[in-house]
Amino acid sequence: MTENAQSTQATASGDNYAVIIRDMHKWYGEFHVLKNINLNVTKGEKIVVCGPSGSGKSTMIRCINALEEHQQGDIIVDGTELTNDLKNIDAVRSEVGMVFQHFNLFPHLTVLENCTLAPIWVRKTPRAEAETLGMEYLERVKIPDQANKFPGQLSGGQQQRVAIARSLCMRPRIMLFDEPTSALDPEMIKEVLDVMIELASEGITMLCVTHEMGFAKTVADRVIFMDGGEIIEENNPDEFFDNPQHDRTKLFLSQILEH
Amino acid sequence: MSEAIASQPQRNIISRLWNDKETRSVIIQIIAFAAIFAFFFFMVRNAISNLESIGKDISLDFLSQPSSYDISQSLIEYSSRSTHFRAMIVGILNTLLVAVFGVILATLVGFLLGVLRLSKNWLTNRLAYVYIEYVRNVPVLLHILLLHGIIVHSLPLPKNALNLGDAAFLTNRGFFIPSPNFEPLFWVVTGLFAAGIIFSIWFSRYAHKVQDATGRHYPVFWINLGAIIVVPVLAYFILGSPITWEIPELAGFNFKGGMVVRPEFVALWIALSFYTAAFIGEIVRSGISAISWGQTEAAAALGLSRGRILNLVIIPQALRIIIPPLTSQYLNLTKNSSLAIAIGYMDIVATIGGVTLNQTGREMESMTIVLLLYLTFSLLISSFMNWYNKRIKLVER
Amino acid sequence: MTEKNYIPGEHPDLPPPSNLIGPVAWIRDNLLSSPANIIMTILSVWFLYIVIPPTLNWFFLDAAFTGEDRNACRAVADGACWAFIGERFKLFTYGFYPEEHRWRVNLSFILLIAALIPVLFDKAPFRSLGLKFAMAFPFIAGWLLVGGLGLQPVPTSQFGGFMLTLVIGITGIVFSLPIGILLALGRQSNLPIIKVFCVSFIEFIRGVPLITLLFVASTMLSYFLPPGTNFDLLLRVLIMVVLFSSGYMAEVIRGGLQAIPSGQIEAADSMGLKYWQSMRLIVLPQALKISIPGIVNTFIGLYKDTTLVIIIGLLDPLGIGRASLSDTKWTGLSTEVYIFVAIFFFISCFGMSRYSLYLENKLETGHKR
Repeated sequence: MTENAQSTQATASGDNYAVIIRDMHKWYGEFHVLKNINLNVTKGEKIVVCGPSGSGKSTMIRCINALEEHQQGDIIVDGTELTNDLKNIDAVRSEVGMVFQHFNLFPHLTVLENCTLAPIWVRKTPRAEAETLGMEYLERVKIPDQANKFPGQLSGGQQQRVAIARSLCMRPRIMLFDEPTSALDPEMIKEVLDVMIELASEGITMLCVTHEMGFAKTVADRVIFMDGGEIIEENNPDEFFDNPQHDRTKLFLSQILEH
Repeated sequence: MSEAIASQPQRNIISRLWNDKETRSVIIQIIAFAAIFAFFFFMVRNAISNLESIGKDISLDFLSQPSSYDISQSLIEYSSRSTHFRAMIVGILNTLLVAVFGVILATLVGFLLGVLRLSKNWLTNRLAYVYIEYVRNVPVLLHILLLHGIIVHSLPLPKNALNLGDAAFLTNRGFFIPSPNFEPLFWVVTGLFAAGIIFSIWFSRYAHKVQDATGRHYPVFWINLGAIIVVPVLAYFILGSPITWEIPELAGFNFKGGMVVRPEFVALWIALSFYTAAFIGEIVRSGISAISWGQTEAAAALGLSRGRILNLVIIPQALRIIIPPLTSQYLNLTKNSSLAIAIGYMDIVATIGGVTLNQTGREMESMTIVLLLYLTFSLLISSFMNWYNKRIKLVER
Repeated sequence: MTEKNYIPGEHPDLPPPSNLIGPVAWIRDNLLSSPANIIMTILSVWFLYIVIPPTLNWFFLDAAFTGEDRNACRAVADGACWAFIGERFKLFTYGFYPEEHRWRVNLSFILLIAALIPVLFDKAPFRSLGLKFAMAFPFIAGWLLVGGLGLQPVPTSQFGGFMLTLVIGITGIVFSLPIGILLALGRQSNLPIIKVFCVSFIEFIRGVPLITLLFVASTMLSYFLPPGTNFDLLLRVLIMVVLFSSGYMAEVIRGGLQAIPSGQIEAADSMGLKYWQSMRLIVLPQALKISIPGIVNTFIGLYKDTTLVIIIGLLDPLGIGRASLSDTKWTGLSTEVYIFVAIFFFISCFGMSRYSLYLENKLETGHKR
């Protein structure tokens, strides 16, 4: 048992790391979805996770804010270890923003109300202040004029930008993106990626599951390739794309770059 | 139509008219109207000649004649010397009584069943499922008769009444319960209760304002609960329980004093409520499960607590799905209350459509009144529903 | 425990830790996952403990299955007296249908099953022939039951029991569907007079309870018929039941019609199909498929509502049961009667709703593919 040694090590180096995942396993019933995941994300690092569908990349990212439970190993986010303690989970979630593939905006609230909901109820911000904050981020994602519309009235790209603004309103230190562009029409992908690139230039920690290889080349500090529930390969983008090591990575890249 | 142009010589005027889109629709409508009109004309003419041959006319005079029958449960003063019109009012009130109480109980039980069906606990979940399937697949009339039969046959006669703490007595003639007598001091309690409601309305608004201005949260629910319930209850005991209860007492073959709830009412009320509750339970379950899991995840990812996710995200959306079918269940319950006649509960159908009809022989007038009354209820409820649907509709492109 | 180091990509699928699977884990997750969950489990078990033993006792262990009369039952056991149901079973099934003609009821029932198979299962052999037979079935059965044309007539006042339930239920189901379709199309029509007529008919039907319509049938309807004609009571009831359920059917089908994208009708129009052709070939097949759950629910409602006929004096099983209760030999056994009839209805209605679920699943997978 090396647990003690490991945890001291974690506290020692904890200040530099936004996320530490150590020997993490997850099962769905009998099915082994995540196998021995080890990943350290330094503060401000941009990581792109890719891999074929069913490789466990979304599941891994969803474990980081406890939308999925892991069954073995440790996950430490911003110095807080994820256990069954609901307090810890709530603390982590309010520091970690998440953007989903299908936006998941609240259809019964206006765009601005979507943005102010969490600041008002979680951060206990006065409404006027929360609204200023909301408008500020809606301007950042370039849709302040849609603030009083309902999500159902917006295009997919606009909805995804609202979803990004909604997460940013909590001023998270870490942003998770779970295939943010794969439900969008091609002409809308760019507007969302532009917002994400701008965000990346501001020093926030980002973990992004995506197949947008152009985005990975411009933004990522590190690219991680997953298959069959394992991390197969990780490298900086130049090395990763020009000189992939593993056969599966090569196969995947050739399939993705073909079209 | 292109075909019409293609066929070279226009053979005659009829085929030309028939092939013109506008005229054809006019012709069809004229024929339809004529057919409908002829049908009604035929019926009305039959009715007139039939009525003439037995020497009857159409008139509502019978409503002002004495009814000369008794009604066991009445919310207003009524005796056999009252008019048929008054009997009808008694019937309407009895229908409304069972409908209102039924709607309240059915909603409570129905939401409980819906929540149990969504429960993670396998056992409770299955139990609620079995209950819902059993109740929904057996006719409501059977439920009513079964419950009425159990009350009438298995509860004792008044002289051996089932005694609940010397205060209430269950018998097959009805449930005898204490009736309250309010002493003057009780009005203080009532006043505090009313003040509590007014306070909580004001406080909810105030708390909302404070939250908007400073972001501070008050425990609104608990403070309001205290104002509405706890304060009046405390006052009630401090003032020395200012209600005296009139306890029913056995006198001869029956009970005297107190209040009596008739077995017919109990059977109808409970059976209708628990029957409708099974349907409401399914509506609630499917309404809540229709909200995609992504909504819960998105709210959780923002750091909202479980209670807030439910309150701010899930319930507001689920209600939009639940309320329309819920209102039609309320309407069904009201219509099903007409089955009262099977166990002798005197509602609209049993009074004006039953005894009055049989006594006066005024089938046409009585049945028309009954139909019009139910249509009025339905129109009221469904126009509310339409108004509500318009109000809450999600805005979409 | 330290992780073995596997080469990336070679990590085997490991079985989950033993505390995650198996019956113990299942019980922990589904019954005991939190304090609230534990309380729910305890309450449920307590509820089962309260309900099941007395029910079992009443139904079986303490029940009397034979006996001359109620007192004989009571002498043997305290629970249910099924002897009563046994003695009256034929009455419950056939009503007062004359003894020597009951083979006609039995034959109709066998034909009913033969007609149902091709309707219910699309893989039944000789299906197209079977469907034709199913269309003819209501008329064949009507002839068998009522008589005439060589068979000795049986007055409908002698119909009763489960047979009457099936007669009313099936007639209602068979005829309300086409009328409902016509009403739904009329409601969607752009011919104002037809639309107004259909809307007011549907809203009227849905606004009043069935029982009032049955009263109209039994008291008022004869005034509207030509002098001297006398319609059979059962026929009047059947007409009312059909009209009643067609109003509900129309609304269910309208829902299905509205779900069909307008592009379908435009496509049909552009192919030069006439109104009835495009409805029959394009729109209705899709709309009916979508509305199957609603249609079956309406059928179940209609079937349950057949019990209401006892209020105007027809003798369905409930009516037979209530009439039998007035026999002094068996007085006071209403619970047995009601539960017996309830079991009959539960089996038929639960069967129908299962069938509708089966169809829904089948259609859904067809859609996904």
